[in-house]
Amino acid sequence: MLRQIEGSLAVAETVALCRPEVVCAYPISPQTHIIEALGQLVKTGELAPCEFINVESEFAAMSVAIGASAAGARAFTATASQGLLFMMEAIYNASGLGFPIVMTLANRAVGAPINIWNDHSDAMAARDAGWVQLFAETVQEAADLHIQAFRLAEEVSVPVMVCMDGFILTHATERVDLPTQEQVDAFLPPYEPRQVLDPADPYSIGAMVGPEAFEEVRYLAHARQLTALGRIGELGAEFAEAFGRDSGGLVHPYRSADADVVVVAMGSVLGTIKDVVDAQRAAGHRIGALGITSFRPFPIDAVRNALQHARQVVVVEKAISVGFGGVLSTDVAMTLTGLPVSVATVVAGLGGRSITKSSLAGLFEAALRGELGRLTFLDLNMGLVERELERMALHRRSGPTAENMLRDLGVVASGIG
Amino acid sequence: MRFHGRGGQGAVTAADLLALAAFEEGRHAQSFPSFGSERMGAPVVAYCRLGEREIRTREPVVAPDCLIVIDPTLVHQVDLFAGLGPDGYVLVNSSRTLDELGLGSLTTRFRPERLLTVPGTEVALRQIGRPLPNAALLGSFAALTAEVGIGPVSSAIRERFSRNPSVAERNVAAAAELFQLARQILTANGRAVLSAPAN
Repeated sequence: MLRQIEGSLAVAETVALCRPEVVCAYPISPQTHIIEALGQLVKTGELAPCEFINVESEFAAMSVAIGASAAGARAFTATASQGLLFMMEAIYNASGLGFPIVMTLANRAVGAPINIWNDHSDAMAARDAGWVQLFAETVQEAADLHIQAFRLAEEVSVPVMVCMDGFILTHATERVDLPTQEQVDAFLPPYEPRQVLDPADPYSIGAMVGPEAFEEVRYLAHARQLTALGRIGELGAEFAEAFGRDSGGLVHPYRSADADVVVVAMGSVLGTIKDVVDAQRAAGHRIGALGITSFRPFPIDAVRNALQHARQVVVVEKAISVGFGGVLSTDVAMTLTGLPVSVATVVAGLGGRSITKSSLAGLFEAALRGELGRLTFLDLNMGLVERELERMALHRRSGPTAENMLRDLGVVASGIG
Repeated sequence: MRFHGRGGQGAVTAADLLALAAFEEGRHAQSFPSFGSERMGAPVVAYCRLGEREIRTREPVVAPDCLIVIDPTLVHQVDLFAGLGPDGYVLVNSSRTLDELGLGSLTTRFRPERLLTVPGTEVALRQIGRPLPNAALLGSFAALTAEVGIGPVSSAIRERFSRNPSVAERNVAAAAELFQLARQILTANGRAVLSAPAN
């Protein structure tokens, strides 16, 4: 049914349709509305049978999800930013043990300096943790990806993280087609665990594994992700057949088939990018975009196929590998090994800085002229940086950088825009 | 549309309600907040876009067609009018005139018939019992711009506050009063009243 609904609520209602048996979470912005809404659905009995467990931390949230999954329950949680980092040890355990937990990550910057706004730093910190990471472009896709996530996770015995941009998607209302219980039930069969703690048939889970088999266990984890890679595309197609709309899949090319310049990105910024692409197409420029939905497993072949005819690839990413540059762009460049395609990294939108159409238009025009450097920081206030460097050069005890910069800008608390 | 208020005044809810009202008219709508530190009293900005096609952009509304100022104490603290074009609408919640608010110069920058102040807080106190005119101001918005009808505004309020029908009805009554009041002011000023559908 079509609804005008907040992103968090759309996800919560969709997750409820997936019949989770345990929901456990610790509140953290901008994820909190999802868990609040699920808690409400459990309290009213609309989501039943389901146990909602208030835990004392994110570490406990993931640990409870692992325990629930080991006991054979379909488990869901959600977090963001510092919350994800706080549960990181359990994150690795969930994937290492092969528990098909589904978690919403409401993408948010990682401190310090503390920042509640959106970027992809948190997801990138968990890049190598063995979870599938799917990125949603719209509220609709965020909702739909959860249905596919449970199916994928349970088929392949890999936990899945559905990444949706904090505030930009979690707190936005837009038109969303929410499926019926019957539709979801037809797509998502009941959870049949591959391993379960059963007093009637006792065994242990979580053995210590030494050099004799550790690499093989890890190899199998990698192989399962490669299986997931194949299934993500198939499930996207099956979902489209059953629900009548494209959501999920590995990648989403947009006007890129004949493009000289292709802009690659993940998440909600793709909408803004598409608007700019349309404007520049109308002006006669051969430019297109490629949205990457599946970041882990990374669709090497699909990305290479979509980009191999381009002259210039521009990867716009909301993350930075400090001391190197891009994260996503490193993977994208690797897929193009041996091809005469130039890859430029653009770090943008860190800590919630708005990515505007006018900034993107200037960026893409530079790319079309062949003037884009290897690494660009979009809308960087270089004067602010230089003034702090001057203060540091002037005084050994120049004090805390973040506070100095806020004082320099004349703001007592950070705004947005 | 850009909504300016302070934490606790419901600017975000107002933007969501407008999106919901437009959705009920079959249009595409997007609303989202620009959260600062989430605390009572801090300036809050919320955005709403309406369109006939899917709205893809996620940038903040940098060039609004309409400003809705829920808290008039913001007018000299925040750069409220940034990006508003010469044909833009301004709706200020205040029992004072623009001149009394020190905003008389707006009439030279914008079209005077598109500038309106309404005593939303007073109406809300009387109709709702609380100084929260966020939803009700959409009634005046409907009268001022005809961008949305008062009928869909009322049903959006009823849907949003469905768990508390009494609050919903009091907000609907306040919105209806502010709709009529805005029409009267616009008519009294000799300005053409836009034909907002009264459904």
